[in-house]
Amino acid sequence: MLQPAFRPMADTGVLVEFAGDPGPALRAAVRQLDRALATAPCAGFVEAVPAFSTLAVIFDPLVTDPAGVEAHLRRLLAHPVASDEPPTERVVEVCYDADLAPDLAEVAARTGLSPDAVIEAHLAGAYEVVMYGFAPGYAYLTGLPEALQLDRKPQAVRGVLAGSVIVAGAQCLVTTLTMPTGWWVIGRSPTRVLTGDATRPFLFDVGDRVTFRRIGRDRLVEG
Amino acid sequence: MAQAEFRVVAVGPLVSVQDGGRAGALRFGVPASGPMDRKSLAIANRALGNSAGAAGIEVSRGGLTLDCVAGAVSVAVAGGGFVVRVDRMLVGSWAVFTVRAGQRLQIAPGPWGSWTALSFAGALQATDWLGSAATHAASGFGGGAVRVGQRIIVDGAQVRHDAAIPCPVWARPRRVIHAVPGPQERFFAPATLEAFFAAPYRLTDAYDRMGVCLRGADLTPEAALNLPSQAIVRGAVQVAGDGVPVVLLADHQTTGGYPKIATVLSDDLDGFVQLRPHDAVRFVSIGADEAVQIARHRARAVDRYMAALVARTGHSA
Repeated sequence: MLQPAFRPMADTGVLVEFAGDPGPALRAAVRQLDRALATAPCAGFVEAVPAFSTLAVIFDPLVTDPAGVEAHLRRLLAHPVASDEPPTERVVEVCYDADLAPDLAEVAARTGLSPDAVIEAHLAGAYEVVMYGFAPGYAYLTGLPEALQLDRKPQAVRGVLAGSVIVAGAQCLVTTLTMPTGWWVIGRSPTRVLTGDATRPFLFDVGDRVTFRRIGRDRLVEG
Repeated sequence: MAQAEFRVVAVGPLVSVQDGGRAGALRFGVPASGPMDRKSLAIANRALGNSAGAAGIEVSRGGLTLDCVAGAVSVAVAGGGFVVRVDRMLVGSWAVFTVRAGQRLQIAPGPWGSWTALSFAGALQATDWLGSAATHAASGFGGGAVRVGQRIIVDGAQVRHDAAIPCPVWARPRRVIHAVPGPQERFFAPATLEAFFAAPYRLTDAYDRMGVCLRGADLTPEAALNLPSQAIVRGAVQVAGDGVPVVLLADHQTTGGYPKIATVLSDDLDGFVQLRPHDAVRFVSIGADEAVQIARHRARAVDRYMAALVARTGHSA
């Protein structure tokens, strides 16, 4: 088992950071610790936030302290429990029409591909839900093909519409709110990650596998 | 059951329904939201005998004017130094008082503070999302922003004795803020980290429920900006490529890929948000263990205050 670093987040959190190249091994380590903690929470445990290479553990400082949380996490790490549940497969629809994809041309220019090749590469990706973050229902999908990987913009752009399909680094996501983002907008999706269903408010679980399916503009209005 | 009803006559930006917040959904990208100054809403609620996290209205410096159109209900205002009137008569900015049909309640910005809490003796009707009425400003989920013409209904409305609410010294704006370096302080040059804790900063007008941009020494990180996204907590001081620190607040994004140079002591945030744009603030570096000790010390002081408040206003827990 990888030995992570424990970094303080003031009086209410510890960020557990697994070192190494970001990839499936780190994600598996994060998920394993997340599951173990959910099964055996420490005193004062409030919640945990899994991400690409980190697990943030939030606690009540009136009940425990960083040393107590860290000791508990070290015990969990020393006794890993594997899970063999198969991941759920999900399909997300996307329309790449130019007016819905304001950065498609720029992504093509920066990657040296044609816009059609960018679309093909995006559709060919096999994606995995790594985490939710940033804003309600923002599910981070990893698995963007290497040919499309770009650093995010140095400054966020305001007012990017809900339902935008955006990419940065090896990541892709479907936005749920009209919000600022420094990612590249390459399409629009009618698939709702915030389902509006009180019993299951979020479409994905962390670990789900996702593929994109191209749709025409006519299918968007149904969203 | 007695009901009181208000109509919103005038309201500024960033006035919304808030309760104790929806902790526990960070992993779905959902911050806790809740009041910017959490202790003030708790005080207003406890002064009426409500649970500390009951739904009320958070009022910004934009102010709020309500006409009571039916019934009568006691309310409590706590947080900041606002100017509060019933009809034309001034009532204390920290007080329990009653508003009756035909009367106008006006809450306007006053000499200090950025946020005040308005609680009702009764149950404020508000839409829940994920089990909480707290409004998430960017999405509007929860009880929602308060809008002109909207009706505000309080079920089980009760009338209480008027009372002043003592304004504790820890409810004042806080100009010296404790912060723990990290979790990504290593992406900054030692001199940059030193500058953050040495130089004064000022709040800017880029201040809303998500966070506030600071003006002061440049904090441009040393390393590139392609960190894998990771969790952010309320109070994180995030620095984007432009070197400008942003303190993340009640409606913060739950993750980000920019490095966080430091994280503010949770309890200091209530006093921090009562500062106004252009106010000066200084950050003092402490360790995580010291932060926990301060948190516990502060919690004991708040407990003592709440016990005295409940004894004074005559409502048991």
